[in-house]
Amino acid sequence: MKHWKLLTNPLNDENPITVQVLGICSVLAVTVQMKPAIVMAASVIVVTACANLIVSLLRTTIPPRIRIIIQLVVIAFLVILVDQVLKAYLYDVSKKLSVFVGLIITNCILMGRLEAFAMNNRPWESFLDGIGNGAGYGMILIVLSTIRELFGSGSLLGYQVIPEGFYKLGYVDNGMMILPPMALITVGIIIWVQRGYNRKLIEK
Amino acid sequence: MKVQSNAYTLIYSAIVVLIVATCLAVFATALKPAQLKNIEIEKKQNILASVRIASDKTNVEDQYNRYIIDSYTLNTSGEKIQGIDPFLINLREELKKPLSERNLPAYICSRNDSAFLVIPVYGKGLWGPIWGYVSFMKKDSVAEGMPYYNTIYGVNFDHQGETPGLGAEITQSFFQIPFRGKAIFNEQGNFVSIKVIKGGADPGSGHEVDGISGGTITSKGLQAMLDTCLVAYEHYFKSAN
Repeated sequence: MKHWKLLTNPLNDENPITVQVLGICSVLAVTVQMKPAIVMAASVIVVTACANLIVSLLRTTIPPRIRIIIQLVVIAFLVILVDQVLKAYLYDVSKKLSVFVGLIITNCILMGRLEAFAMNNRPWESFLDGIGNGAGYGMILIVLSTIRELFGSGSLLGYQVIPEGFYKLGYVDNGMMILPPMALITVGIIIWVQRGYNRKLIEK
Repeated sequence: MKVQSNAYTLIYSAIVVLIVATCLAVFATALKPAQLKNIEIEKKQNILASVRIASDKTNVEDQYNRYIIDSYTLNTSGEKIQGIDPFLINLREELKKPLSERNLPAYICSRNDSAFLVIPVYGKGLWGPIWGYVSFMKKDSVAEGMPYYNTIYGVNFDHQGETPGLGAEITQSFFQIPFRGKAIFNEQGNFVSIKVIKGGADPGSGHEVDGISGGTITSKGLQAMLDTCLVAYEHYFKSAN
C-alpha cells in the first residue's frame, strides 16, 4: 500500500507521545484503568481522523488569517459530538472520563496534525495520517493503562487477575500506580524502552 | 472573491459557524432523551442499592416499581408537601436554602414485609461533590419522643472526582458495609448522626465508622454531608406518618 507509512510512522518513529511528547495531560489522567483508556483512544482516533479529513477538504477555501480558528471549530464540533454520543450510549464510561473528552479539544496532537499535515495534503492521506496519529496516541494509552491497572489495582479491564493468595502472602497493590506521578515515570520508562531498540531516535 | 479579502473571511466564518451550530443543535436534541434516561436509570439503581437491592440496566425499572412503593416531598417539620415531584428535586439547590424552606425528598420501600425509608444526601468531598442514598428500616412501635427511623439499613455513595484509591474508595463495599446497623439517634433520642473516624472507629460505638486512610478530607466531607442532610428529617424520623 502506497500510504502505509502514514499509518505506521506515528506508531513508532513519530509517535505523538513518546517521540513528540504531546498530549501528556490526558495520558496521565485517563490511564488508571483500561476501559476508559480504550474509549478515550477510540474517541481520539475518530476525532483526529475526521478533523483531518474535514480540514483537508476545506483547505483551499479556508482564509489563511483565521485558519487556526476554523481548525478549532472543526475539532470542537467533533469533540462535542463524541461527548454527546458517549453520554447517550456509554454513560458509565463517559462519567469516568468526565472532562477529559471535552479536553480532547486542547490536545496538541490534533492541532499539530491539522496545521502540519491536513492543511497541505489531500483528504485521503490526511484521513490516514489522522488514524495513524490517533492510533499512536491510543497505543501508548492502552500499554500504560494495562501496566497501571495491573500493578495499581491488581485487575485488567475490571477483572481481578492477581490471585487472592498473593494478597494473603503479603502482596500489596502499588498505590502510587494510580496517581499521576507514577504515570509520568512509566511514560518515561516506555520512552526508554523504545529508544533502546529504535536507535535512530537517539539524538547525536 | 479573493481568499485573503476581509469580506470573504467574514462570510466564510459566518457560514462555518452557522453550519456547525445547526448540526450540534440537531444532534443534541436527538440524543437528549437517551441521556436523560441514563441519568434516571442511574438514580434508580442508586436508590435500590441503598436498600441492598442489586439491579442492572435491564431490570432496574421493574425492580424500582416493585420495591419503591411511594415517594414524598417533605418539609423540615416532617409534613408532606403536595405538588413537588421528589424525584426531580435538585438537592444542591435545596441545600442553599435555609433549613425551614427546604424541600426534602423521601422514598418509601417495601420488602419482605418491612418498610424502609430512603433519603438522598449531597455534600462536598475534596475535589468536587459527593452524594448518595441512606436507607433506614422502620420500627413498628417506639417510646414517646424516640425515632421510628434510627438504624441504618444500607448506604450507597458516589462522587464526581475524588482521588482514585483514596477518597474515591467511598464507593467501595468495605467502606459502606460498616454503616449498616449504626444508629443516628442516641439512647435519649437526640440526633447525633454518624461520625467517620480517622484512625479507626470504636468497635463498641453505635455511631462511628472507620474513615479512609489518605482520604481524610473526603471522609470528613462525608460525615458533614450526613449530618447536614439527615438532621433536616429529624421531625419526620420521629413522627413517620
